[in-house]
Parts: sequence; structure tokens; C-alpha cells
Amino acid sequence: MTVENGPAGAHPSTAALSRADVVHVARLARLDLSEDELELFTGQLASVLDYAADVAALDLTGVRPTAHPLPVVNVLRDDVVAPSLERDIVLAMAPSVEDDRFSVPRIVGEEP
Amino acid sequence: MSADGRSARRTAADIASAVAAGEESAAAVLDAHLAVIESREPDLHAFVSVLGDEARERAAAIDRSVAAGEPVGPLAGVPVALKDNLCTLGLATTCSSKILEGWRPPYDATVVRRLADAGAVIIGKTNMDEFAMGSSTENSSSGPTRNPHDTAKVPGGSSGGSAAAVAAGFAPLGLGSDTGGSIRQPAAFCGVVGMKPTYGAVSRYGLVAFASSLDQIGPFATTVADAALLLEVIGGHDPADSTSLDGPAPAARSRLGEGVDGLRVGLCAQLLTGAAPDVAARVHEAAEALAVAGARVEEVSIPEFDYGLSAYYLLAPAEASSNLARYDGVRYGLRVDAPDAAAMNRATRTAGFGAEVKRRIMLGTYALSAGYYDAYYGQAQRVRTLVVEAFARAYADHDVLLGATAPTTAFAIGSKADDPLAMYLSDLFTIPSNLAGHPAISVPFGTGDDGLPVGVQVLAPALAEPLLFAVAAALEVATPQEETVP
Repeated sequence: MTVENGPAGAHPSTAALSRADVVHVARLARLDLSEDELELFTGQLASVLDYAADVAALDLTGVRPTAHPLPVVNVLRDDVVAPSLERDIVLAMAPSVEDDRFSVPRIVGEEP
Repeated sequence: MSADGRSARRTAADIASAVAAGEESAAAVLDAHLAVIESREPDLHAFVSVLGDEARERAAAIDRSVAAGEPVGPLAGVPVALKDNLCTLGLATTCSSKILEGWRPPYDATVVRRLADAGAVIIGKTNMDEFAMGSSTENSSSGPTRNPHDTAKVPGGSSGGSAAAVAAGFAPLGLGSDTGGSIRQPAAFCGVVGMKPTYGAVSRYGLVAFASSLDQIGPFATTVADAALLLEVIGGHDPADSTSLDGPAPAARSRLGEGVDGLRVGLCAQLLTGAAPDVAARVHEAAEALAVAGARVEEVSIPEFDYGLSAYYLLAPAEASSNLARYDGVRYGLRVDAPDAAAMNRATRTAGFGAEVKRRIMLGTYALSAGYYDAYYGQAQRVRTLVVEAFARAYADHDVLLGATAPTTAFAIGSKADDPLAMYLSDLFTIPSNLAGHPAISVPFGTGDDGLPVGVQVLAPALAEPLLFAVAAALEVATPQEETVP
């Protein structure tokens, strides 16, 4: 573990979730929250993180993390050419298409 | 009720053999099931879409094959209810989310292809908690599914539509997905068999991703043998899924009927702690029944399981926050227009996701964000190691583990809707198997004080499906006779 426990035994990285944290996380996740939702989610997420505090507080020095549950090695397919999805079928499901490409609003430039 | 008092309905195996022998048409089988759907679906809302026309075409094709003397598969003419997070070529697949409304996948999930090859008839796409996030099938953009045993109660979730469909006789078989218990818990609540296979035993290609290191597709059925048959049809290596295990489908039916004589069964304290007294009583009766059948039942304590729920609710949302980043309004699904791309992404996701999905995305984003990664996500991955190692120690002394599937019988619609943590606690007993990638099954075993079904859970080591189904079959034989059919 790289995170040290605080002097009072509290884990400094798992301090109570604040409203500002939720604003920050919503921005990262590209979600707009109303004032009411912000209030509600701050309380609900804090209670889940509080429940998870037992895990955050465990001393697991030397325990390796598990990313895949079973001790298997990569299963590789043969490297052969195979048909992929038809472009027209894929583009037919897109919200906006132009010249056989996905079309999106302006990405760079001055703020609106 | 049939003579044995356990199953009022025909099994998938019976239907398939009658259809293959030409004794009954697939069309007639389908019509009988569509008639049941017509009468009860308005009260239950198990389906997002009923595929009557497509199913009739498919049934007619099977009948033509039978008439022509061509081989038909092991599920010939058997209707199957499919969770709506499994992709069906050209047929709406919504995950019960507004953000995927109207999306028609350009390909079939591997399990859908294998069902078709086996002669099955997909009768409809079932309702679910949005993106499989929930334990009650209340978080659906099309409204909740109701429990066939009591329409004021939830069917469990997230695969509640498939569980309710099989329990109500809409189809003898269903498919769901189980990330933290989403097959087994609704199976318990609806009084049917529900099974999560070993991670990698069934291809996830075409399963809309929730938490990729935990997700696994599995069967619902009214009998243990039918669930095993369905697993044999859908399982086995698939080059399209890089996490698919390199081998054939588990020989799930190979030990059915072998009994449990001499088996070592661990009755796990942590899979009973917090269970309601009536649920715990049924589990003890199930343990007693296995002992009478010749098993050696011993109590076992696995304290590491107590950390499972916390670890799961950090790992699964973290993976979900990454997987659901793809819903950005660019390539498919909903788009809400805005002057620039980032605003369009935000407007689309804000309008398209329901509250629980937003909560999990934010929880996961937080657990992965700078400064918190090691304290939450890294810790949870290390706890996962503890759970895997604890299972290994337990299986040194026991062949299988036994416990409750869920802490209670089905709860009332709306009763946990405002308290996410209380909802999450209904997954307490199912999560350890997902963390370890092991198979587990819920078998109906009597009823609670409220008359609603109780599920008993059997857990086995990775790839021990034949053993798991053998124990489940022994429990099925010992099931109390007062069980009701909804």
C-alpha cells in the first residue's frame, strides 16, 4: 500500500464525501445534476462509501490485487481475416451521419 | 400440479423431445405459451418486447425441418425468454434504458446464435434493472416487473423479467446475467432455478457490459435438469470473447442423479448471517435433507465473505463507469442535441440514464479518480484476492458450500427504492461467487412465513458445474411439497 494511515487511525484518502466531490465526479462522468440531485446523491454516495470504509481501512500490505478471478493465461484466436460489420448497418443506428461517417457537433473552438 | 407435486408445467426437455419426434408442433407449443403471456403479462410486465411474429416464423421453420427429417437441436421448439441486455440482430435491445431506446444491434450475442442452432424459439426480451444495476427490476425505463407469486412484491433483479417469465409459465427457459447475484436472487424470489456459471464458461460476446470481470450469462428453468441442459447449449469456448475459457461447455448433466452420498457439504455461517429466521430455517432443512441423502454436512466459517459486499460495490461501479462511457450520443442510441460535443455528451447522458445508473457511474468514477484509486479500487481488488484464497481453503475440506441465496423472501415494490444501501444488502450472499469467478445455483426450497418462495444456494469451485448440478438435483428431490405454482 502506498497510502499511510492518519494519526487518528482514519484513512486520509477516504474522508467523508463532500458536495464539492460530487460536483467534481459528475463533471468527470459528463452528467449534469440538479441541486436536488446533488443533495440526494451526496448523501447516498456517502453512505455507500461509509459502508465500504471497512475495506478501505484493512491493512492489506503484501496482498496482490486480483483483476481476473481465474488463473488462466490469454486465450488467443488464430490471426485470420474475417468479415466485420457492414458499414451501412452500423451507420443506420447512428444519431447523425455525414459522408459515411459519424457526425458530431463542434469539438474544438471558442466556448459557445 | 403434476403427480409429483413439483412442476405443473412441461419441462424444456419434454417439449424438445415431443417436437423432435413430430408428436407436437413447435407452432402449437409457441401458441400455448403466447396464450399464457396474453392472459398474465398485463399484470406482470415481465417483457420489454414480446416477439410473437419472429417466434412464429422460427417455430414454423423448425416444424418444416422436422417434417423434412432434418436434425433439430436439443431445444427444438422450446420457447426462451431473453434478458434485454443480450443482443439480438435487428431486434430492439434496450437494457431497459432510455439511452438505448430504438437501438437494433447489428449482430447476435453468441448465446443467441447457440440457442438458434439448438432449435430454441426466442419468445421475447425481458425487463431488467437498467444496465443490470439493481436487485428488484424497479430501475427500468418501462416500469417495474411484478412477482408472479404476489404482484405487490418485486421479482428480484436485475434479471427479474426472465425469472418472472419462467415462474409464470411464459417460457420454460430464460437467460439472465449475473454480476453480483442478478440471476440467483430473482430465481429465489420467483421460485425457479437460476444458475451463474464459472466466469468464462459462457461467452459474453453480445452481452451489454456492466462489470466485465464479474458479468456472466446463465440459465433460468423450472427444473435443475433443464437449467443444466440450457447451460450445455450456451456454454463453451467462443473466439469472439477473449475471456471465454478454452474448452467445451461444462458437462452440466453428467452427474445428475448421482446423489450426494459421501459428499462433504459446508454450511457457511456467513451465507446465513442476517438471513430472516424463516429463510434460515429452510436452509437448515435443506442441509438436513442432504445429510439424510448421505452427505456429511459441517458448519464452516469464512469471515472474508463479510468484506465481499463492500469490495463489490467499489469494483462493479468502477468497471461500470468505464464501460458506460461509450454512451456518448455519437454512434448509437439517444442523442440530445447541444452546440458542442461535450455539451451534447452531457445532455445525452443526463437525459438517457436513470438515477441508479448515475449513482453507480459516479461511485465508480470516484473510486477510480486521482487520490482515491488505491484506497478504494486497489483495496477492493486486494480484498478480492482474500475472498479467492478463503474459498480455496474452504474447498480443501468441503466439496460444495451451502447457504441462503437472499436474506429474505421477495420484498414489497417501492420498499427499498429510496435507500440504495439497503437494496445492495440483498446481494450479500451471492457476491462471493462473482468475486471468485465460481459457479453457484439457487434452488427453490419451500416457502417463507409469507408463503413466498425461498431459494437455497449451492456454491462450488471453478468448473465444478457437474458437481454443483448433482447437489442441486438432490435438493430438488427433497423440496418440501407444499410449494405453490404461481
